Amino acid sequence: MKFKTMNKLNILSVRKLTNISFFLLITLAAISCEDDNQTVVNFEQLVVQDEFDSDGMPNSDIWNFDIGTGINGWGNNELQYYTARPENIQVQNGFLIITAREESYRGSNYTSAKILTKGKIEQTYGRFEARMKLPWGQGMWPAFWMLGADIDVNPWPGAGEMDIMEYRGQDPTIVLGSVHGPGYSGGEAVTKSYTLQNDRFDTGFHVFGIEWGSDFVNYYVDDVLYNQITPADVPGEWVFNKPFYLIINLAVGGTFVGSPNNETVFPQTMIIDYVRIYK
Amino acid sequence: MSNLKSINIKFLTLFCLCIILSTGCERELSDEAEFATFPKVGAIFTDTPVGLGSNFYFPFGPGPDNPVGSKLDAFSVDGSVSYEGSASMRFDVPNATDPNGNYAGAIFRIDGSGRNLTEFDAMTFWAKASQAATISEFGFGVDFEENKYQVISQNLELTTNWIKYTIPIPDPSKLVEERGMMTYSAAPINGLGYTFWIDELKFEKLGTVAQPRPAIFDGEDRIEETFIGNSYTISGLTQTFNLESGLNQTVSASPAYYTFRSSNPEVASVNQYGFISVISAGSTEITALLGNVKAKGSMKIESVGEFVSAPTPTEAANDVISIFSDAYTNVPVDFYNGYYEPFQITEGQDDLVINGDNIIKYTKLNFVGIEFKNPTIDASEMTHLHIDIQIEKSTILAEDFIRIEVADFGPGGTFGGGDDSSGSVTITSADLVGGSWISLDIQLSNFSLTSLNNLGQLVFVTDGSATDFPGTITDLLVDNIYLYK
Repeated sequence: MKFKTMNKLNILSVRKLTNISFFLLITLAAISCEDDNQTVVNFEQLVVQDEFDSDGMPNSDIWNFDIGTGINGWGNNELQYYTARPENIQVQNGFLIITAREESYRGSNYTSAKILTKGKIEQTYGRFEARMKLPWGQGMWPAFWMLGADIDVNPWPGAGEMDIMEYRGQDPTIVLGSVHGPGYSGGEAVTKSYTLQNDRFDTGFHVFGIEWGSDFVNYYVDDVLYNQITPADVPGEWVFNKPFYLIINLAVGGTFVGSPNNETVFPQTMIIDYVRIYK
Repeated sequence: MSNLKSINIKFLTLFCLCIILSTGCERELSDEAEFATFPKVGAIFTDTPVGLGSNFYFPFGPGPDNPVGSKLDAFSVDGSVSYEGSASMRFDVPNATDPNGNYAGAIFRIDGSGRNLTEFDAMTFWAKASQAATISEFGFGVDFEENKYQVISQNLELTTNWIKYTIPIPDPSKLVEERGMMTYSAAPINGLGYTFWIDELKFEKLGTVAQPRPAIFDGEDRIEETFIGNSYTISGLTQTFNLESGLNQTVSASPAYYTFRSSNPEVASVNQYGFISVISAGSTEITALLGNVKAKGSMKIESVGEFVSAPTPTEAANDVISIFSDAYTNVPVDFYNGYYEPFQITEGQDDLVINGDNIIKYTKLNFVGIEFKNPTIDASEMTHLHIDIQIEKSTILAEDFIRIEVADFGPGGTFGGGDDSSGSVTITSADLVGGSWISLDIQLSNFSLTSLNNLGQLVFVTDGSATDFPGTITDLLVDNIYLYK
């Protein structure tokens, strides 16, 4: 896979092209200059993909649920209660739809959903990407991220965390990619943001991914590589050399994003077109 | 090489065209379709006005509500202040006592043909003021002709620092030829003038103006029980977008941005100006689209059919002092609903016109006052008060009542002057029916007033919250209020 680097214009996104224009693209590609591109990808073999083609609950061969409020709002003072109800999560028409609602439910004022591949799909290194359309409004906190699979015996942040995509609903043009580990977690995480120019993440689908190798994590949005984190960038032990699992969730409120306010429109949806894992 | 390229393009074009032709199902353009040829220029002011021509500034000037009007020369180009470049637009809001204008307000209209703004999504500018200030109205689409595509952002908050402001276009596809580039209206602060500056004023394609949420009737779902011949104007037209800042920005938009629809146009029709006409008995719902997004808010209309007017009064005009009647010349009335705060919730006033018959319509009635104190009425020669009422519900409950209070403001002629007297007459449920006119003729002596020389107020009470009189009448039509002898 080839990425355009950030200082180059992002002219075409392959994902947006129809079959007709794909025909045109082949012609264009044949004459386009390769100098703008940077080959960084080593993972081409698709090992897991969920295209969300079966209506109903997400595929239980791949996904678990986290239910409830965790401890201290999943450690972040998040306000939602996670459920596995179709009101909060369902596969419909080829998309996984996670819906955050404002409702009184088991002591919480909001409900939403969180799924994870823990114990089902855990992998060391590879390419992890998802195509998603994000919610909007103050207090919305969708995330596509990974945790070290040994977290039950090696508590956070020791197990390591790679945030492929985090986003604040009040900043509809900005996503963040981060790593957390021992000595660089929470507010001290190694992070970088990517700002979409003249567009937003809640009005169309975008691909969020990482390329993770033994000594690097590359972050990309669509075909733009915007960050590379290496052991030299982290002020502590590099813990990203063991199996990790994937997590997708839509949190409401919490330390990272702040609470919804009366300008926040509910319900809000995070729509996932696919999740693909390569090695 | 160039030959090869041109062949390729031809081949590709043909190839694509074939696909488009074989799959296309779009409606064809009609013969009337015109293609916009107006300039797609966004800039309005950079260091000078851009492309506005020579005669572009039109102050609001004096009007019927404000004989002094806006100051004619509030706008100038300031070569010593700018956000970017060398100059900005300067607006000097006058003091409230300035005889040449007690506020600043104007439009900027292109002196010539308009611009095609369809490829932009917002008006943007940088602004600051000599002190923190609120610009009551700022927008575009006002040309002093149709004002067809008017957009107003209300209460723009300025600070003493330059801040960028965004006023989204409710539906850019409508603006194929717009001359009204900018409009503003700013009042003094506590009577004192100030200055504000605007720079880099333009229409822009931000790409981040998103999540449109149009509304009509301020987003409320209204229900009206009404009659043939009644009409309404759709109000509370707004469009709200979420901006890159994460903030929601609401503007008021003119009806031309919307497509209005009546679910049953044989019951009530709605035209392009949002004017609803009730034309037969039945039910319909009025809704709207803005740029293919359904607007929040609606009006359900239940038309009961032909409206029966109140009986035409027969008293000779010489024997009558009329407060509200189409049969007589009415005395000056201050208002038909005082909106007394905080306990009054009644809405409506003299705003119902059915086939030329003016009617007062109260809704959510608990109590409401009509005042006619400039001047007060000398009713000393009158003997009766006549009022026609129609209760808009079918079943009258035992606890329902209508109490009519009349107040005399005394020789001082003002309410609360220490010489007032007031009294009331209560019509109990035994004398009330729903759905048809009730003519009340009440002897003035029954109000037990100390004087009839300075009548100033008439009050209707149906107080639905009173524990002693838990009446349930909330919708009342009133006509032909007059005193006679």
